[in-house]
Amino acid sequence: MKPAPFEYVRATQLGDALAALASDDDAKVIAGGQSLVPLMALRLARPALLVDVNDLPLDTVEVANNEVRLGSLVRHVRLERDAVVVRAAPLLAEAAALIGYPAIRNRGTLGGSVAHADPAAELPAALVALDGVVLAEGREGTRRISARDFFEGFLTTVLAPDELVVGVQVPVAAERHGASFREWAPRAGDFAVAGVAVVIELDAGGVCVSLGAAACGVGSTPVDLHEVLTDAGVLGASDVGDSLLRSTAQAAARTARGDDDREQLVGLLTAAALHDAFARARGGDASGTGVAA
Amino acid sequence: MKHRVKFEVNGEAAEIEAEPRETLLDVVRERFGLTGAHAGCEHGACGACTVLVDGAAVRSCLLFAVQCEGRSVQTIEAFGTPAALHPMQEAFRTHHALQCGFCTPAMVLTAIDMLAHSPNATETEIRAALAGNLCRCTGYAGIVDAVCSLAGREPVDS
Ligand SMILES: Cc1cc2nc3c(=O)[nH]c(=O)nc-3n(C[C@H](O)[C@H](O)[C@H](O)COP(=O)(O)OP(=O)(O)OC[C@H]3O[C@@H](n4cnc5c(N)ncnc54)[C@H](O)[C@@H]3O)c2cc1C
Ligand code: FES
Ligand code: FES
Repeated sequence: MKPAPFEYVRATQLGDALAALASDDDAKVIAGGQSLVPLMALRLARPALLVDVNDLPLDTVEVANNEVRLGSLVRHVRLERDAVVVRAAPLLAEAAALIGYPAIRNRGTLGGSVAHADPAAELPAALVALDGVVLAEGREGTRRISARDFFEGFLTTVLAPDELVVGVQVPVAAERHGASFREWAPRAGDFAVAGVAVVIELDAGGVCVSLGAAACGVGSTPVDLHEVLTDAGVLGASDVGDSLLRSTAQAAARTARGDDDREQLVGLLTAAALHDAFARARGGDASGTGVAA
Repeated sequence: MKHRVKFEVNGEAAEIEAEPRETLLDVVRERFGLTGAHAGCEHGACGACTVLVDGAAVRSCLLFAVQCEGRSVQTIEAFGTPAALHPMQEAFRTHHALQCGFCTPAMVLTAIDMLAHSPNATETEIRAALAGNLCRCTGYAGIVDAVCSLAGREPVDS
């Protein structure tokens, strides 16, 4: 038993969870506990009150109006295996499969990963690449926050201390959608040194008409690579030949300039993810979970 | 403040009073004498404390006992007997998959959970699934062989 003493409440209704959170300045939400409990064991976190949200009805996957809405308690293992997620948000399924180990994915939650905002985490970067929305609930109501604005710094978000992440929303993968998450870690399952998510959509003629990309492990928040890839000429391209891959890789690498470990890595991962994304959008490559129909 | 927790431990109904900071690992070891769940790092890094909660492998050092209300917990003690080993335990024996045994209960439970979901797992998938469980003795080869020997067959029944 390593954590310092704390009080515990299990909330079964959203209102109760919000009231409990507001009742104590040192209250903290516990979801999967896979980031919070290690910090408590090391006494880097000493919450006075833990508000357990695991019984709230937020383990939900819904598709409506061309959006996939995922409740914050969807565990990584569900993102990885759920047929609806694999089809409608393949990037999230692929990103979740890269998190830690099976025992971590069996507990860790989407909302926990987003709220924790570890700059090396996969799901925040995937959400930025997908131009997703974080749904936050406070006592004043719901806020819809663009993932691009949600992450402020190392382990810091725009969430108020008494707000809960209740879910996230991303666009449903279109017909010629291709997504890929590439990362490098010294050992399978470890936090990645860096990772890159790329998602594209091709039109009927095979031209890239929409694109998103983001890196994790670089900087203090997910790094949005949308502009970098757009400027490199990916938008409007109908093929990713060597020269486009090379120039895109160089442009992406510049976002990690000065970081010797990561500069080349980000370039290589971007090229690899972009290559996968095109292949999957064309339906040519069935490897990984990020298969496009 | 202590909380009353009703749950199931290795198939039997149980009720305890626990302080919130008592982990499931503390409770199975100290209240139930189930010392097959090993305390390694107690902060999520080594995997030695793995148990099954509602059939899924979890790190018991990262779950507070008060969170287990209504859950079903299984430790290695629920699997096999010395006279009739579980097939996974038998495979570990056959393939020399243990030396000191510290990592073994967690390895076996992780492997049982993995094959329950991916009965045809490849060696690469098996290695990835076991990567979160540290072993200081075997060099992993025997462990991987043991789990591979059961992959591609009928799902291992728990
Ligand atoms: C060995 C190990 C390896 C790991 N490897 C990786 C990895 O490779 N990649 C990766 O991304 N992660 C990794 N993780 C962390 C894991 O992904 C966590 O599941 C995730 O970061 C947090 O989710 P959680 O549900 O466990 O959150 P918790 O630990 O319960 O909470 C984390 C933080 O978020 C807050 N919080 C949780 N839910 C909410 C909510 N709904 N609203 C508001 N605040 C909330 C908590 O108060 C806390 O501050 C690893 C963890 C371990 C132990
Ligand atoms: S004791 Fe739980 S992971 Fe090490
Ligand atoms: S057998 Fe000794 S730690 Fe694995």
